[in-house]
Amino acid sequence: MNAWTDIMLVVLILTTFWLLGSSRLASCIRICAIQGVATGLLGVVGGGLSIRVAAISLAVIVLKGLAFPWLLSRALRESNTSHEVQPFVGYVASLLVGVVILGLSFWADSCLPALSHVASRLVAPVAFALLIAGLFLIVARKTAVNQVLGYLVMENGIYTFGFGVVREIPALVELGVLMDVFVAVFVMGIAIYRINRTFDHIDSDQLTLLKG
Amino acid sequence: MTLIITALAIWLATGALCLAFSKRPRLVQAIGPAGAVLGSLPALFAAGCALFCGSTGALQLPWSLPGANFVIGMDAISAFFTLPIVSICALAAIYGREYLRPYEGRKALGVSWCMFNLLSASMLLVVLARNGVLFLLAWEAMSLSSFFLVMFEGEKPEVRRAGWTYLVATHIGAAFLLVLFVLLGRPTGSLDFDGFGQIAGTPALASLAFVLAVVGFGTKAGFMPLHVWLPEAHPAAPSHVSAVMSGVMIKTGIYGLLRTLLWLGPPPLWWGYLLVGIGVVSGVLGILFALAQHDLKRLLAYCSVENVGVIAIGLGIGLIGLGSHHPLPAALGLAGALLHVVNHAIFKSLLFMGAGSVLHATGSRELDQLGGLLKSMPSTGATFMAGAAAISGLPPFNGFVSEFLIYFAAFGLLGAAGIPVVLAALAAIVSLALIGGLAAACFTKAFGTIFLGEARSSQAEHAHEAGPGMRAPQILLAALCLAIGVTAPFAIGVLKPVVKQLAGATDLGDWTGAAALPLAVVACAGVGLLALFCLLIALRAMLPARRMTTAAGTWDCGYIAPTPRMQYTASSFSDPLTRFFGPLLGIRRKFAGPRGFFPDRASHSTETPDMSRERIYKPAFIAIERAMAKFQWIQHGRLNLYILYIVLTLLALLTWKLGRP
Repeated sequence: MNAWTDIMLVVLILTTFWLLGSSRLASCIRICAIQGVATGLLGVVGGGLSIRVAAISLAVIVLKGLAFPWLLSRALRESNTSHEVQPFVGYVASLLVGVVILGLSFWADSCLPALSHVASRLVAPVAFALLIAGLFLIVARKTAVNQVLGYLVMENGIYTFGFGVVREIPALVELGVLMDVFVAVFVMGIAIYRINRTFDHIDSDQLTLLKG
Repeated sequence: MTLIITALAIWLATGALCLAFSKRPRLVQAIGPAGAVLGSLPALFAAGCALFCGSTGALQLPWSLPGANFVIGMDAISAFFTLPIVSICALAAIYGREYLRPYEGRKALGVSWCMFNLLSASMLLVVLARNGVLFLLAWEAMSLSSFFLVMFEGEKPEVRRAGWTYLVATHIGAAFLLVLFVLLGRPTGSLDFDGFGQIAGTPALASLAFVLAVVGFGTKAGFMPLHVWLPEAHPAAPSHVSAVMSGVMIKTGIYGLLRTLLWLGPPPLWWGYLLVGIGVVSGVLGILFALAQHDLKRLLAYCSVENVGVIAIGLGIGLIGLGSHHPLPAALGLAGALLHVVNHAIFKSLLFMGAGSVLHATGSRELDQLGGLLKSMPSTGATFMAGAAAISGLPPFNGFVSEFLIYFAAFGLLGAAGIPVVLAALAAIVSLALIGGLAAACFTKAFGTIFLGEARSSQAEHAHEAGPGMRAPQILLAALCLAIGVTAPFAIGVLKPVVKQLAGATDLGDWTGAAALPLAVVACAGVGLLALFCLLIALRAMLPARRMTTAAGTWDCGYIAPTPRMQYTASSFSDPLTRFFGPLLGIRRKFAGPRGFFPDRASHSTETPDMSRERIYKPAFIAIERAMAKFQWIQHGRLNLYILYIVLTLLALLTWKLGRP
C-alpha cells in the first residue's frame, strides 16, 4: 500500500513539472485533470478504505477530473483567444524554478519535526512543492485560465497534505474545502467569460487598464 | 426597554419595507413617514418616563461578537438626548413626505426613506448603547445612513463632493473614537461601559481620553477646526434630512462627550478652559462665516457651528465650575449647555424646514434670488421669524433662556479666586455677547432678504405657500420655541436629574431654586413683550380700518421706475460687518465697477471659502497625497505581481520559521 501512495505522489510531482513545461492551454487543462484524479486516488490507495473516504475521493475525482476541466475547456473554447499559455517566465526557466521549489520543499520537510503515522515520507515535501508551484503558476502565467489551474494545483497540495498527514479530517471540513474550490472555479469561469466579453482577451495583466 | 426595542423594530421593519417596495413610490411615501412617526412614539414615551418619573432600565441580549455585548440602558442623559432625537425625526418625517413629493418616480425614494428610518434607529441606539462595540457600530450606521441621505441628489457634482467630504471627515473622527474606546477598555479588558470608569484612576490617561473624545466627537458635533463637513453636507442634503442632521445628529457628538466625561472622574481646570476656548472660536467664527454666506442652507450650517460653540462654552463653564468648586456656576453652565442642545434642535430644524419650504417654492437657496416671500408664504415666514428670533437669543423665545443660563453661570465665576478662571468667564461673557449680536445681524439679513422687500427673481415672484404637511411641523416647532421660552422657570426642572448625573459626586445644592427667580423675571418680561406684540398687531389691524389704503411697491422711495434689483442685497447688508472682520474671513471679492459717462457693464461678487478647509485641510491632504504618490509604483495594477508579493512573504515567513534553531 505504501508503494501505491508513493506512486501517486510521484505522479503528482511529475504532472506538476509537466504543467510547468507545457505551452498549450488545452493540454494544461488535461494535465490538471490527471493530477486531480491522482489526488483523488491518493485517498483510495492509502488503505483503510471507509465509506467516508471513498465518498470524498469520488467527489474529488469527479470534480477535479471531470467537472473543472469541462468548465475550463468551455470557457477556453468560448473565448476565442490565443490558446498559448503566454508565460512571463519561460518554460525552461519554469522547470528550473520547479526544481528549486522541490529542493526547497525537501529542505522544509527536513526542518519540520518528523510526522507520526504518516502514509509516506514523501507526503509533506510533495504537498509543499504543489503548494508553492501552484502559487508560482499563478504568478508566472498571463491568462486567467492558467491562474485557475495554478489555484487548483495549490488546492491539490493542501488536500494531499491534509489527507497524508491527518487521515481523519472531518468530512465536513473536507467537503467545505471542495465546495470552496468548486465555487471559486465556477466564479473564475464566469469571470473569464466576462473579462473576455468586455476586453476581447483574458490576459489578466491587461487589467492594469482598470487602475485609477 | 420593551418600548425601545419596539421602536427600533418598527424603524428597521419599515425601512426594509421601503426598500422592498422601492418600485412603488406612492406606497413608500406612505410606509416610510408612517414608520418613522410610529417608531418614535414608544421611544418618546420611554424617554419621557425615564426623565419625568425616573424609571431607568437596562437590557442585555445575547450577541456572539467578540468583545461586544448588546447592552442598552436608559438613564437621565440618554433620556434627555432621546427626547429631541425622536421628536425631531418624527416631525422631519412628516415634513419630508410632502417635501419629497416632487421627486416621486424620479428618485429612489425607497432607499431614501429606508436610510432615514435607519438613521433614526441608529441615533437612538447611539444614545442608549452601553457597550463600546455596539456604540461604534451604531455610530457607523448613523454616519453611513446619513451619508446616503446626503447623496440623495448624487448626480450633481457639488453634492457628490459634499458627500465625500462628509464621509472622510466622519471617518477621521471615528478613528479617534476607536482609539478612545480601546484606551477606556484597557484597564478591565472589556468594552462594556460599566468598567470604563476605572480610567479615572490615572489622570494622565484620563486627559488623553478627554482630548481624543473632544477631537472624535467634536468632528461630529462641528467644533471649529473640525467642522468642514457641516457647510458642505447640510446644503447638499434634502431639507428634512438637513433638519435632522443639523438639529439632532450633530448633538450625538455632544452626547458622546458628556458620556465620556462621566467616566473620566473630576475634571481638571484645563479641560474647562479648552472647551471654553473651542466654544469661543467656534461660536464667533461660525456666526461670522454665516454672516458672509449667501446660500441660505450654508448660512444655517455655519450657524450650527456657532450654536455648538455656545454649547461648548456652557460645558466649559460647567467644568470650570466643577473644577474650581463653584457648584452654582457649574450647575448653571451644564444646564445652559443641555438646554441649548434641545433648543438648538428645535429652532435649527425649524429653520431648515423653513429653508426647505423656500427652496420647494422657488427652487433657489440663493438669498439674492429671493425676496418678498412673506406675502406669498405668510405661515412659513412667521415661523421662520420665530426661529430666527430664537436662534439669535432674543426673548421671549427659548434661545434666550439657555444663553441666559450660561451668562448667569459665567457671571457667577467672575467673583471666583484665580485669574485664569475669571479670564475664562470673561471670555465666555464677551464672546456670547458678540455671538448674540452677530447672530441677530445674520438672521435679520436672512429674514429680511428672503421675506421682505420685493421679489428679486421670477421664481420668487411666483412662489406659493407650502402644503399643510410642511407647515404643521414648523408651526409646532415655533410654538415649542415660544413655550420653552415662556415656561423657563419650570422647564429647567427637567434638567435637574441630568445635571445631577453629570456633576457626579459633587453636591450642587438647590441650583434650580437659585435660577428660578431670574428666569421668572425673564419669563414675565417675555410674556409682557408678547402681549405688547399682540397689542401692536391688533392696533395695526384696527387703525387703517376706517381710512382709505393704497398699495404701493415695497421700498418704492418715490422712484419713477424702481426695480427689485435696486434693493439692498444680502451681501450689501452684511458688508460693514464682514469688512470689519475681513482678516478673519478671507472673503474673495471680484469687482468691476462702472466706468465712463455711460457705463454699461459692472459686476461685483463675493465668495467666502471655508478658512480651515483652505488653510488647514487642503495643504494637509495635498502633502499626504504627495507623500503617498511615492509609493504608487507598488500599486501598479498587475495581478501577478500582487500575488508574487504574497508568495514571497509566505516563503520568507516559512524560511524564517523553519530556519530558526
